[in-house]
Amino acid sequence: MRVYFDYNATTPLAPEVAEAVAVATRDLFGNASSVHHFGQQAKAALDEARSAIAALVRADPSEIVFTSGGTEADNFAIRGAADALESSGRRQIIASAIEHEAVLNTLKSLARRGWQTTMLPVDQTGIVSPDRLRELLTDTTALVSVMHANNEIGTIQPIAELATIAHARGALMHTDAVQTVGKIPVDVRALGVDLLSLSAHKFNGPKGAGALWIKRGTRLQPILTGGKHERNRRAGTENVPAIVGMGVAARLAAAKMAAESARVAALRDRLEDGILRGVPGTAVNGDPRSRVPNTTNISFDHVEAESLLIALDLDGVAVSTGSACSSGTLEPSHVLRAMGYPAGRVQSSLRFSLGLFSTAEEVDRVITLLPRLVDKLRGLTRKTAVARG
Amino acid sequence: MSGGVDSSVAAALLADEGHDVIGLSMQLYDASGQRDGLPAFGGCCTLDDLHDARRVAAAINIPHYILNFERQFNEQVVSNFVSEYTAGRTPLPCARCNSDLKFATLVERARGFGADAVATGHYARVEHHAASNRYLLKRGIDPAKDQSYFLFSLTQEQLAHARFPVGDRPKDAVREYARRLALPVADKPDSQEICFIPDDDYAAFVTRHAPEAERRGSIVDESGRVLGRHAGIHQFTVGQRKGLGLSGLADPAGSSAGAPRAPLYVLSLRPADRAVVVGPKSALERTTLAASGVNWIAAEPQAPQRITAQIRHRHPAAAATVRATSDRRAEVVFDAPQSAVTPGQAVVFYEGDVVVGGGWID
Repeated sequence: MRVYFDYNATTPLAPEVAEAVAVATRDLFGNASSVHHFGQQAKAALDEARSAIAALVRADPSEIVFTSGGTEADNFAIRGAADALESSGRRQIIASAIEHEAVLNTLKSLARRGWQTTMLPVDQTGIVSPDRLRELLTDTTALVSVMHANNEIGTIQPIAELATIAHARGALMHTDAVQTVGKIPVDVRALGVDLLSLSAHKFNGPKGAGALWIKRGTRLQPILTGGKHERNRRAGTENVPAIVGMGVAARLAAAKMAAESARVAALRDRLEDGILRGVPGTAVNGDPRSRVPNTTNISFDHVEAESLLIALDLDGVAVSTGSACSSGTLEPSHVLRAMGYPAGRVQSSLRFSLGLFSTAEEVDRVITLLPRLVDKLRGLTRKTAVARG
Repeated sequence: MSGGVDSSVAAALLADEGHDVIGLSMQLYDASGQRDGLPAFGGCCTLDDLHDARRVAAAINIPHYILNFERQFNEQVVSNFVSEYTAGRTPLPCARCNSDLKFATLVERARGFGADAVATGHYARVEHHAASNRYLLKRGIDPAKDQSYFLFSLTQEQLAHARFPVGDRPKDAVREYARRLALPVADKPDSQEICFIPDDDYAAFVTRHAPEAERRGSIVDESGRVLGRHAGIHQFTVGQRKGLGLSGLADPAGSSAGAPRAPLYVLSLRPADRAVVVGPKSALERTTLAASGVNWIAAEPQAPQRITAQIRHRHPAAAATVRATSDRRAEVVFDAPQSAVTPGQAVVFYEGDVVVGGGWID
């Protein structure tokens, strides 16, 4: 039996989604822009998915633009806003220090083009301070981007409060909600943002489908130019099967959310509790009060997270540290570093993220396995330290 | 697994013998493939090599992980490389990497994953000698590929857990095996030179890591006469002929203009006054050397021992007598003079194919 506790990286398809994608791949091959019957069928399927996504985040379907995923949605939001506002004299973008690379590296790219980019710090629990945002905002701030929940530690940010502050200075507010949509209720109007990114494969939908919610009336420059797809906002023939799958996943997530989030939270707590009790020298990273229900990030003193991750995988348990670099090795988490953790703790932290198919048996298996693996790795580290004198 | 054919075949051979094999690759330096913050399309070596290792692991159906050893590699290999060059010595980073990283940190990690041994693609052999109860290191059977020189500093404990599956095969057979298994690296060219300096510009690398190395000094002959200036002794190695920048000078021996001048070689480097001493090829010859940090793989000799001694990777080992002195030191007397005995390189003592021991040339 293999245990998959890496749902924040990606999730397995819900069976209903797999079926819908298979059917759409076979039967809905038409180009949604075509006038004829085949095009109309594809178009109708896209519209149904658009309604489902809109319902999941309590938006109007006309405000949803399909993208190839969360990364494109983040790029679209930030580059699109930057391009649209460039002529207005606004030249600054603010983002939290713990954003996903899709946001951070987009800011770096814009910085090379003369944009002023400012990092918003977080506290020891990984939460952005609204007061700090107030201090950093200027009259030339174009956009503020703060993720709804962090992918590594699950901490939920006070987005509504941050949005109010950003709007008071005339800046747009974007949130990367890739780690919350489908896990907890997301209401774009309650959050008060202008732009929200989401990704299908984080809630049991297929890869290659995502969306940017653009509040009606928001000026945004398209970043992909071409045909008149998505009401002139995103060119390129729509990936109909993946989008259909995303729609089905959205309906499922909405229908099951209350029960499923409680079930997963109970499993996560059981896992966390079991690890903290069973393995000495462990601690939870982040804010245990304000986080998504499926995530826990735990540090194991004097253990290289890289080694523990591999040892777990060899024993059939898949977890992660949250960030990997281009070769596939682990690099020290920029999130935990931004939280002010010492290097030793950063390098000894693992993320466990649960989801739809997680069970209590899996949780108990990991709780039983970990003390032995951690003991072994700690023993080797001690032995080497002694041998080297 | 470096992504090259040797370690790929080593892994494949073990898997084929029915061992439970875990593929490990070490990421030793920045593999982002970026230059000036932008992706360098098409020109990246490291990422491609790691990708090759992954493809081989998939082809032979073993799990594969890349371990991030950037910090350890920097602390244990790169810093030594830089400090040796700035001290006027010529380092041997592959040997340091073997003893301090591959057969130390990597082995420790592998044990954490339940491994009994660590295999590499080195062309060398390790055998247990029952009579002395010691693990012996021997040359790989392909003389053109033998890498035992780089492994002289392995301890008994390290050798006990080392496996060199390709060491008893000629390179041709290794490639043939890779082709038969259709491994994606079967015809990949052998790697050359030092892995972390792909452009081979050691001096520029040292300057980047230790800007203080760039201190001007004099090029002098054996009598102390100044022949020219240089921009840092790290740019030179004993035995070097090219790049001395002396071509425009008058013949140092003072012979008449137009007469052919004997080429000059670097004889030694003097960090104290940053002098590069040059002279004719004949002045490069030595019959003795002293080594420190000596590791005896077979038993430490109690009396002077007849051996052959190899003083650089491509050097044909020469007949000599070695005497162990105190405190992990040894003295070597060659039967015939050897050219360019280079401080910082290793001297490795052989008895036939067997590595008796080795040390660092002072």
